[in-house]
Amino acid sequence: MHAVKLNNLTKVYGKEKSVAVDNVSLTVEKGELFGLIGPDGAGKTSIFRMLTTLLLPDGGSAIVDGYDIVKDYAYIRSTVGYMPGKFSLYPDLTVEENLSFFATVFGTTIEENYHLIKDIYIQIEKFKHRRAGKLSGGMKQKLALCCALIHKPTVLFLDEPTTGVDPVSRKEFWEMLKRLKQQGITIMVSTPYMDEATLCDRIALIDQGKILSIETPENITRSYPDKLYAVKAENMYALLKTMESYEHAASSYAFGEYAHVSFREAISEDTVKRYLQDSGLSGVELRPIDATIEDCFINLLKK
Amino acid sequence: MKQFITFVRKEFAHVLRDRKTLLILFGMPIMQILIFGFALTNEVKNSAIVVIDYAQDEASQKLISRIEASRYFEVNKLSTDHHQIEESFKAGKVKLALIFPQNFYTDLMHQNKAQIQIITDATDPNTANTLTNYVTAIIQDYQSDLNQSASLPYRIIPETKMLYNPQLKSVHGFVPGVMALVLMLVCVMMTAVSIVREKEMGTMEILLVSPFKPLLVILSKAVPYLILSLINVASILCLSVFVLDLPVNGSLLLLFAESTLFIITCLTIGIFISVRTGSQQVAMLISLMGMMLPTILFSGFMFPIENMPKVLQLVTNIVPAKWYYIIVKLIMIKGLGFSAIWKETLILASMTLFLLIVSLKNFKIRLA
Repeated sequence: MHAVKLNNLTKVYGKEKSVAVDNVSLTVEKGELFGLIGPDGAGKTSIFRMLTTLLLPDGGSAIVDGYDIVKDYAYIRSTVGYMPGKFSLYPDLTVEENLSFFATVFGTTIEENYHLIKDIYIQIEKFKHRRAGKLSGGMKQKLALCCALIHKPTVLFLDEPTTGVDPVSRKEFWEMLKRLKQQGITIMVSTPYMDEATLCDRIALIDQGKILSIETPENITRSYPDKLYAVKAENMYALLKTMESYEHAASSYAFGEYAHVSFREAISEDTVKRYLQDSGLSGVELRPIDATIEDCFINLLKK
Repeated sequence: MKQFITFVRKEFAHVLRDRKTLLILFGMPIMQILIFGFALTNEVKNSAIVVIDYAQDEASQKLISRIEASRYFEVNKLSTDHHQIEESFKAGKVKLALIFPQNFYTDLMHQNKAQIQIITDATDPNTANTLTNYVTAIIQDYQSDLNQSASLPYRIIPETKMLYNPQLKSVHGFVPGVMALVLMLVCVMMTAVSIVREKEMGTMEILLVSPFKPLLVILSKAVPYLILSLINVASILCLSVFVLDLPVNGSLLLLFAESTLFIITCLTIGIFISVRTGSQQVAMLISLMGMMLPTILFSGFMFPIENMPKVLQLVTNIVPAKWYYIIVKLIMIKGLGFSAIWKETLILASMTLFLLIVSLKNFKIRLA
């Protein structure tokens, strides 16, 4: 049985009928760490809210943990764990009070499921008498995760858990998710950060409510159609301009301190270098690279 | 049940940890009672008046000393130049001038009638009227004392008695009014804001995705405010009994029972507002504009309902505070029992029931 199964799920907002989620179908296996990757406004939060029974779909259906999201919403509400994108704990309650409040609301106690949150809670335990509003961003996320986990959910929905969190805390957070996965909890996570995608078992790339691709991160990067080069020159702006007008270039875009370029046909590195130098660019560097998830995403968007 | 208790405890923590909320909750009622009780009264006390006594005889002296003895007036100037009157009025120093003509006593004794001129500053007509009434009352008093010795054949002496409020104290009207106002404000605004805050902060999302029944979320929000409001009622009553000398003439238990009913009415209004709005500001604005203003204008405690146009009189009927105000007045001041207020109680109760049903119908178990 699948942990989560979406069947042509659709969500339309407002009078102008803007489609936020457009016929999305996907399945998440039991015990999987599934990533929903896409930019802001792609429809990630709408999908999460429908799966957690907070929104009614306008079309299609979905099953979470064997229950229908519309008919059996009460069951789903007592079994899943949900961590909304916005920090959603009580800032005027202490760390401990927040945790015990959510434990009681879910009909359990901190002691009963302490083993689940132990790894995470231990990091914030020394602040347990501090009010949640006074915690740092990373701490808040850890506390929110503890609160979402305290009732031993079968499926955990994490909506952009690492947005606004520093890189170190982000890394720690993903390590925690890995450990939770080992405990058999199915995790569905959304993120706008492409670099986090490789940490998932499988990912769905999503944009404007439509699924672009569902694959393991390795397969997605491996399936990148063209050979990709990282190019650098002293004057990056001129480089990008030159590349745009280069007849052999299929695509070129800035990527960190490099420009990522692919070509319409196999072309020798020297030919490209010579062309760039002839166009008056200095300090030209060029080397073949493996495509990242972001490259794949950009490639999929062009289609 | 354990969940419910935890939730209520959490709600108390929210209120007790926020100094501003605490200040509004407990500071405001006390302030209002004190302000309405002492500062904003219709009574006219210690008004400065001028007396110009051209007579300087027995009768005028007696009258002046009577006026001086009354606590309503301060006779601060005894000049004999009536040109100064207008000056004093213009300077705003005096509210009333009393002028005795020459031969006041002789006229009174020999012609059986004498004249006194009363001039008042009618910029504020109410005050002018009240002051004139006070002076006339003192003069009549003096007159009847004089007549006791002389024997006149026919006389009608009206004996007026101000029932329930013999001293015409204005606190009698204000305390029930402030109680209605405070409860309206605390219950409606606080509940509405506290529920909407959960929506705004996003905690409602988590609470909805939990086995906790959404209805219980609402109920557990209402319980702390019910308790806090009852504390408020108690503190207002204490203030009115011990500071403003306004005793509770009727049954204290009945008063608390009716207050509880009115608090529940307010809580359901608060819940209704919170169900229909999405942000704290909107909730606050609706509670203030939609609830406070009608309470002040239409409950009858600031402006007598009988003086309003018929249409507005009809409007006052849907203001819950009006009925509560009537109930409190009847219990506290007239000391009446339940048989006198069952009609108002029934109206309040049905309003509550109606609001409760409407807000439950409107309550959303999902986000949108």
